[in-house]
Amino acid sequence: MASIKELSALPERLCGGHRLCGGCGAGIAVRQVLMGAGDNDVVVANATGCLEVSTTVYPYSSWNAPFIHNAFANGAATCSGVEAAYKGLKRAGKIPADKEIKFVCFGGDGGTYDIGFQSLSGAMERGHDMVYVCYDNGAYMNTGIQRSSATPHGAWATTSEVGAAQQGKEQRRKDLTSIMAAHHIPYVAQASVSHWKDLVSKAEKAFNTPGPAFINVLAPCPRGWRIPSDQTVEIARKAVQSGFWPLFEVENGTWSMTKVKGDRIPVAEFMKPQGRFKHLFKPGNEQLLEQLQRECDEYYAYIEARCNAEG
Amino acid sequence: MPEKKILSANGNQMVAEAYRQAAPDVVCAYPITPQTTIVENFAKYVAQGRVHTEFVTVESEHSSMSACVGSCAAGARTFTATSSQGLAYMVEELPIASGLRLPIIMANANRAIAAPININCDHSDVMLAANCGWLMFFAENAQEAYDNTLVAIRSAEDHRVLLPAITALDGFITSHAMERCELMDDETVAAFVGEREALYPLLDTANPVAVGSYTNAEPHYEVKKSQRAAMEAARGVIKEYGDKWAQVCGRPFDMVDCYGCEDAELIAVVMGSCAGNLRHVARELRAQGKKVGVARIRVYRPFPAEELAAALGSAKAVAVLDRSETYGGQMGPLALETASALFQAGVSLPLKGYLYGLGGPDVTLDDMRRVFRELELLAAGDASVDTKVAHLGSEKEGE
Repeated sequence: MASIKELSALPERLCGGHRLCGGCGAGIAVRQVLMGAGDNDVVVANATGCLEVSTTVYPYSSWNAPFIHNAFANGAATCSGVEAAYKGLKRAGKIPADKEIKFVCFGGDGGTYDIGFQSLSGAMERGHDMVYVCYDNGAYMNTGIQRSSATPHGAWATTSEVGAAQQGKEQRRKDLTSIMAAHHIPYVAQASVSHWKDLVSKAEKAFNTPGPAFINVLAPCPRGWRIPSDQTVEIARKAVQSGFWPLFEVENGTWSMTKVKGDRIPVAEFMKPQGRFKHLFKPGNEQLLEQLQRECDEYYAYIEARCNAEG
Repeated sequence: MPEKKILSANGNQMVAEAYRQAAPDVVCAYPITPQTTIVENFAKYVAQGRVHTEFVTVESEHSSMSACVGSCAAGARTFTATSSQGLAYMVEELPIASGLRLPIIMANANRAIAAPININCDHSDVMLAANCGWLMFFAENAQEAYDNTLVAIRSAEDHRVLLPAITALDGFITSHAMERCELMDDETVAAFVGEREALYPLLDTANPVAVGSYTNAEPHYEVKKSQRAAMEAARGVIKEYGDKWAQVCGRPFDMVDCYGCEDAELIAVVMGSCAGNLRHVARELRAQGKKVGVARIRVYRPFPAEELAAALGSAKAVAVLDRSETYGGQMGPLALETASALFQAGVSLPLKGYLYGLGGPDVTLDDMRRVFRELELLAAGDASVDTKVAHLGSEKEGE
């Protein structure tokens, strides 16, 4: 992988001046992923969401690369169409045979885990040579923090409220990265904006892998997580350290985990600084907290076992 | 010299042939009855290596049209095909395709929309697209399904238009019935449709553009205005290429196809495969000295209001046959367009809307006779007939 000095010299494809919130994890994720494309030409597709709304308000655009936004449910299908055009036009001799272009699609967790899931699954199964990147901030942040299937168990959201009868989201989150691994595509990875070297090298692998690749990037949302905007990277790091968000990849069927410095920390250390979990630390929710720790352990053990089994 | 091949083919085969000859860079498709044989035929051309097309077998119609949007924005000549629930599933994407000014071509084998679920012909599916900013062509038969497709490709991709186009053919009646058809040779068709010259394609990486940006009120309104202007421009462009194709193939291309309208006092307006039934009865009646005519709409969007009003110029009463509903609207969609075309032309006439064949019941010659009989009474001011919308086929002749 290139050094940080070399990475910093790469062209900025998502330029400054966009309207993402201070501390937004999505912008960090996008810039790190695009560093993985090196100096290749890249066409960017984007599902509806914060990223699209904040980077394209007409007549401005933050994208120093060809960019297409179509709708919410179809980022992957749209990107697959662009890639198909590239193949068809190349076959027709309408674009030079030696012209290389990379294709990447960004979607939030709503546009990836939920409404865009069928479109993503289809595009990956069809084998398009593209990279799909989910910036997972664990809720529908663009519409105002509604729960998604990526929202953690117990988290407050505006459609999984906290009150006498309910303590935030009552269901566990969907393990999308494993589901994508079950597509048996050449490359699947889980990464976090807190571990830039890991993320950029995964993006590099994804771009350089022929065929479909999927990366799920944890990208905290200060508004939705109820954290100060200077805590994005810190909280994301705690997600990794606690095992809530293990960093792993599945390369041609081989699972492996990125080793993280130090011992695992309790998941409460990841949750406690976040306002969306504050109700869990009030008297009466001790059992729920214990359950969340068990679920975190279970998930981590599940991923670890797959990585060890293959290793 | 252009060469014609005479063959027996159904509408779907003819659409597939037109697609092959127009050499699309990308075809996205999902199976649905009665469209499926279009893309099955095309899949054979792909397997045989007769086309360079990247064939994308998507997992749904929503993704089909989504991939078409990506492909067309990337600069590729892009086709698809659908029917019924498939078109309904695409509806979110239809205004996006037109709003982004992407000349995607889509054949629609017209089929009823559920519920109740039904695979037979009516126009309730394709009418979902009527206000989505797409050019809309309606074929009467398999030959026209072919001719319309070629004219649609040329018109949609023309820089004066840049709108997507639906070429509709009646499910089973036209999509699956064998007819005598004429296929023009590949070179002649290739020369006619030319190659797509995409404006601002995504794959021009040296000149990056953002497609599908968020727009606030004013620019959004400007885009909407430009779409209406493009539709208006399409009137002349479709006529231009229709005439050009007519010269090549020897078959006329009229936005409104008229039979007997020059002197007709009773005229029935219709769209699609039912026109032949009406003309058959009109011929009988004219042989009896009755001044009757049939005006068939071949291009529904942009709606040829002036042409239709002119065609109805000698009429004393007009009937309009609709194969889809507006439930609670005064009449079917074609009848409403016809009424408004007459009103805008300053003509006030008795006009009766009929609904027929919803979900595929047979449309009989007796039904057509009833239309002209009631028109005659209407023109004569007979109080036994009113102008309320009526269902054909729901009562026996003479009852």
